Amino acid sequence: MSKIIIGRYLPGTSFMYKVDPRAKMLVTFYFILMIFLANNWQSYLVITVFGLMTVVATGLKPKVFWDGVKPMIWLIIFTSLLQTFFMAGGKIYWHWWVFAISSEGLINGLYVFIRFTLIIVVSTVMTVTTKPLEIADAMEWIMTPLKLFKVNVGMISLVISIALRFVPTLFDQTMKIMNAQRSRGADFNDGNLVQRAKSVVPMLVPLFIDSLEVALDLSTAMESRGYKGSEGRSRYRVLKWSKADLVPLAYCVILTALMVIVRIH
Amino acid sequence: MSIKFENVSYVYNPGSPLESLGLDDVNFTLREGDFIALIGHTGSGKSTLMQHFNALLKPSNGKISIAGYEITPETGNKGLKELRRKVSLVFQFPEAQLFENTVLSDVEFGPKNFGFSAEEAERVARKWLKQVGLPEDVAEKSPFDLSGGQMRRVAIAGVMAYEPDIICLDEPAAGLDPKGRIEMMRLFKDYQRQGHTVILVTHNMDDVADYADDVLVMEHGKLIAHDAPQAVFKDRDWLKHHHLDEPHPSRFAAKLAASGCKLAGNPLTMTELADAIAQRVKEAAE
Repeated sequence: MSKIIIGRYLPGTSFMYKVDPRAKMLVTFYFILMIFLANNWQSYLVITVFGLMTVVATGLKPKVFWDGVKPMIWLIIFTSLLQTFFMAGGKIYWHWWVFAISSEGLINGLYVFIRFTLIIVVSTVMTVTTKPLEIADAMEWIMTPLKLFKVNVGMISLVISIALRFVPTLFDQTMKIMNAQRSRGADFNDGNLVQRAKSVVPMLVPLFIDSLEVALDLSTAMESRGYKGSEGRSRYRVLKWSKADLVPLAYCVILTALMVIVRIH
Repeated sequence: MSIKFENVSYVYNPGSPLESLGLDDVNFTLREGDFIALIGHTGSGKSTLMQHFNALLKPSNGKISIAGYEITPETGNKGLKELRRKVSLVFQFPEAQLFENTVLSDVEFGPKNFGFSAEEAERVARKWLKQVGLPEDVAEKSPFDLSGGQMRRVAIAGVMAYEPDIICLDEPAAGLDPKGRIEMMRLFKDYQRQGHTVILVTHNMDDVADYADDVLVMEHGKLIAHDAPQAVFKDRDWLKHHHLDEPHPSRFAAKLAASGCKLAGNPLTMTELADAIAQRVKEAAE
């Protein structure tokens, strides 16, 4: 089997890995909604604590989550600064032209920072503890109501699953072809832009041919096993609700209750 | 000169939860000019080891001396092209590396990368297309119009065209018909006789017995044996314990012995087996 990391999934055995992917996905959406309900420091405290609880439940090193936030950090800081400088209210400490630093601006900047970071962190919790194929299955389940509108959910999810399934295969093949061409003296990292663009050809052409061959083989293999569309098919990986899924449910209920209380308060 | 691995280890995905040991403290010295077989199961570290020969992978620990180069964990990417001119790899199913419009320009790709002039590249390309047993008119065809076996030959010609001092081939004959297989193996044996080093990664023990001077056996990233074929295939229990096959002639001899007809020595190749049987028949007649 391939050793590469597909998406951002990291293998593990902690509680988060036992939760049904559908529950994880729904809770993640719900949590993000709840973030936008927060409007005072008490509610931000509650939501932050609840966010950190999910991080602890993964049992992974904090670095994993920092790696999730890192690519977005400048956007987060920029947005927070916008909030800080453009929002005037409460006590004003400094101002020049349209910019001002005020107590409310500072607090709002901090809120935006927390919101942004929490959204990324909880999405990371889901993506690192859920296999891509499980995410696809969960998406199919969540999309089921769309069947009422004649959307072919099964087909969409088949396309997603196949695409995900072949990411590592194509990655391996790319590495293999690159190594083979490097052995023949190809250089993928040197030279100016034109030379580099040209150096991609010996890699891309074989890769395209290989992907087309794989696609043809796969369709032949599916047809020869009697595949005629996904209507009415049973599943190999069956998602089952378990007792562990009561925890996310309780989590949502308590979170909602607390948020409502601190907001009214 | 020799090829030397000193305490070479290789770690995949270091620092991540997927960390795994590809090579575990591998030590050996190979004579240049030998025909060397590298055997072991899928996942034993053969491919990882192979990619160290031309620094596609650099050791996590230890030192490699090859073709006048030294590769250590600190080795940078500069100057590797010269090394790859001298030490080349042919991966499994090398037909997957073809990309040019014509067979000729595909074979010229390597030589041109290594600084051959246009005329020189064409000359060696045509020479090696002939050497691998392809008819002259394929040179102008598209490689994708050829049969699988012919594509394989084109790909191998594409690596041999710049005549590397050391060539390492991963199952080059896999999927070829028996005749094609023998032709391929003879081509590599001839190449070695002309003064080059050939390293063959294979599962086919008959090829090991027929062609190799020296055998490396890998298991779980470790080198578990390094000896001449006669010595490696001597201990039947050891082979069984490591799930390694014997060459067919030696299996045949073992079956003969089990039914009461013991042959002298341990014949590994067809010729040796035939000689041993002939001798046994002669002895029986006397």
